[in-house]
Amino acid sequence: MTYIESSTLTAIAKDYLEELKKRNDPLKARDRLKIPLQEMPSQDPHIRAKNLEEVATGYTEEQAILEAMRCLQCPKEMCVHDCPVMVNIPVFLKYIADGDFQSAVDEIKKTSLLPAICGRVCPQEVQCQLNCTVGKSLKDVDQAVSIGRLERFVADWERKQGTVKLPEIKPETGKKVAIVGSGPAGLVVAADVRREGHEVTLFEAFHKLGGVMRYGIPEFRLPNDIVDEEIETLKKIGVKFQTNFVVGRTRKLHDLITKDGYDAVFVGTGAGLPLFMGIEGENLVGVFSANEYLTRANLMRAFEKDKAATPIYSSKRVAVLGGGNVAMDAARMSLRLGAEKVYVVYRRTEVEMPARKEEVQHAKEEGIEFLFLQNAKRILGDEKSRVKAMECLRYELGEPDSSGRRRPVVIPDSEFLLDVDTVIVAIGNGSNPLVSQTTPDLKVNRWGNIIVDDNQKTSMERVFAGGDIVLGAATVILAMGEGRRAAKAINDLLAEDLIKDQS
Amino acid sequence: MNRIIDKKQLSKDVYQMKIEAPLIASERQAGQFIILQIDEDLGERIPLTIADADEAAGTITIIYQVVGKTTHELSQLEPGKYLPVFAGPLGKPTHIENFGRVVCVGGGIGTAPLHPITQALKNAGNHITTILGARTSELLILTEEMAKLSDSMIICTDDGSAGRKALVTEPLKEICSQDPKPDLVIAIGPPVMMKFCSLTTKPFGVKTLVSLNTIMVDGTGMCGGCRVNVGNEVKFVCVDGPEFDGHLVDFDNMMMRLNSYKEFEVHNHNCHLENQMSSLEKKL
Repeated sequence: MTYIESSTLTAIAKDYLEELKKRNDPLKARDRLKIPLQEMPSQDPHIRAKNLEEVATGYTEEQAILEAMRCLQCPKEMCVHDCPVMVNIPVFLKYIADGDFQSAVDEIKKTSLLPAICGRVCPQEVQCQLNCTVGKSLKDVDQAVSIGRLERFVADWERKQGTVKLPEIKPETGKKVAIVGSGPAGLVVAADVRREGHEVTLFEAFHKLGGVMRYGIPEFRLPNDIVDEEIETLKKIGVKFQTNFVVGRTRKLHDLITKDGYDAVFVGTGAGLPLFMGIEGENLVGVFSANEYLTRANLMRAFEKDKAATPIYSSKRVAVLGGGNVAMDAARMSLRLGAEKVYVVYRRTEVEMPARKEEVQHAKEEGIEFLFLQNAKRILGDEKSRVKAMECLRYELGEPDSSGRRRPVVIPDSEFLLDVDTVIVAIGNGSNPLVSQTTPDLKVNRWGNIIVDDNQKTSMERVFAGGDIVLGAATVILAMGEGRRAAKAINDLLAEDLIKDQS
Repeated sequence: MNRIIDKKQLSKDVYQMKIEAPLIASERQAGQFIILQIDEDLGERIPLTIADADEAAGTITIIYQVVGKTTHELSQLEPGKYLPVFAGPLGKPTHIENFGRVVCVGGGIGTAPLHPITQALKNAGNHITTILGARTSELLILTEEMAKLSDSMIICTDDGSAGRKALVTEPLKEICSQDPKPDLVIAIGPPVMMKFCSLTTKPFGVKTLVSLNTIMVDGTGMCGGCRVNVGNEVKFVCVDGPEFDGHLVDFDNMMMRLNSYKEFEVHNHNCHLENQMSSLEKKL
């Protein structure tokens, strides 16, 4: 893929659409399969690498209609089954193809509350688009219908119209629910539980809401305004938010139920405990967890260098360790903060990389260099203990390991030095210990993840959990799926309580 | 919430503030800290230890030294103002029991976090010997409060302007040489002081706790910026600490890491001075 300007993409789509309109006979499946996949318009890579504005600028109406027309409306509906919240995808695509964008967004919102966010950050290529019949017919998963881009298109369209509808709220029940953490899981629970008429208070340790969508995912991939608007909707339906409130410390989890009268609690505190490599030199000045680097840049707004009080390390040559979305975010952020050379160092090959293809593609376009089959051995410092280089090893792929991926094996004596002044470690997160440390009754597994049953219920009465604190580091949509399940269980529990109260 | 109730200047650069924070006042235990921001959007998060609390009044006391932009701005705020971000109590509380004979060593501003710990140790029935040290007499804080809690107290200054002309490690060494040896030493102050207190007690085999104040962003375990080497392990000060066995802490690495943003701070400080100059010029 090479970069094509948005105006060109739109012009091509317009011409194609007009040709199709001239036809009198209905489109057949083979006609639909011939419609070219609509590329996502984006900012010029040379320009965007220096700014924080959103990289992908979104489909135009013509592109959206044309892309939606690629859907065959096949009876298999694999897309629906592969979606963690089971959005009725063919229905909303049909509405888009017919130009009825409002109905399309209404259809999505029956199941997914945050389409503007999901459309941007869901890994569609391994979910709804993975088994798409169009992709299968064209023998390329990258040729599947671009469901995520279309979801984003209609969500953005609705916002621009100013017609965002508030969900209906049932009469007040007098029941109170506390939600711990305002990330994707917590927000979904808040909405679903509030809709049943229960009072909802959401506790957030930080001063800003949104969890990982605020501190982790950068502005250029998910603008803060979009997160703000989704939260604003929740405020409008009466969800209360309490920031700077560290459940476990400011108030014990237990006290929320026994002293503060909450009828149920949902814990969605995320996977915030960065892992390090355990190699020599990792505590040198200039080595950061991706969490720290991104939190400084995003939440604390260190990218506004002249305004923000929070400093960020000034880097010229950066090595990012890891191959996930967080690694891509950190690498691309460091570029935007002024780094001249950025490497992503990953010990397997591109095929095994867990990051979304689109993010890898964007990173490459922006000039980030990928060092595959290589990994850090140790980090070297200068006399002031600042990073001056990283010693790496080369690997080759051996036999498959328990994850089914071929295991990287060190090539002996393959050491070489990488000239860097900053190392960002993005190899994943453990579970945040704060709530479990202060709540002995809450059962966790040996990695510290909260143990839940099929309904997201924990070992404690009336306490539910979901998202990364249960799953380990996963994705926004999986967290939302868990939130949805937890909310249903909480609503069921409170409905039972209400019946008992009456009798 | 988070209203500044009272402000007092304790010495040239040291201020004490009483903040209305009822939830924190009732939950806090000795050894814990809070994180605050002066500006919700562009402010920096800084950790400060809780020096005292009044549960009935719903207030906590913080004591801080003006060292950078945020502490400077904080010192300019008057009672009645609200702090937009004030979260806590954070960190693990100090493990309190009747150890027997405890030596509490406070260096400069370190006496602030030492105060509630000494209070709790005293309440648990320990025999308390306090050593307070500072460069000069003006920089000594909480001497009266600490004297009330102590069975005996030694004051040292580098220049001899108050108490003994000595570093705190001198009397500490003398106490460790006596029989019976202390059962526990708690040393809180500048990193270099904690390092040398730990080196002083080590040959005597006296368990020594130190309370670390490293660079933090969130204070809840999420960023890892506060990490230190303790023994052969990497620990996070915010969730594993702030107190650690002083004999195991790699102070040299910690001091280096504290300097991570030195250049930025200097720049910031200069910018701040320039701003002050220009606002003065405008006034004239």
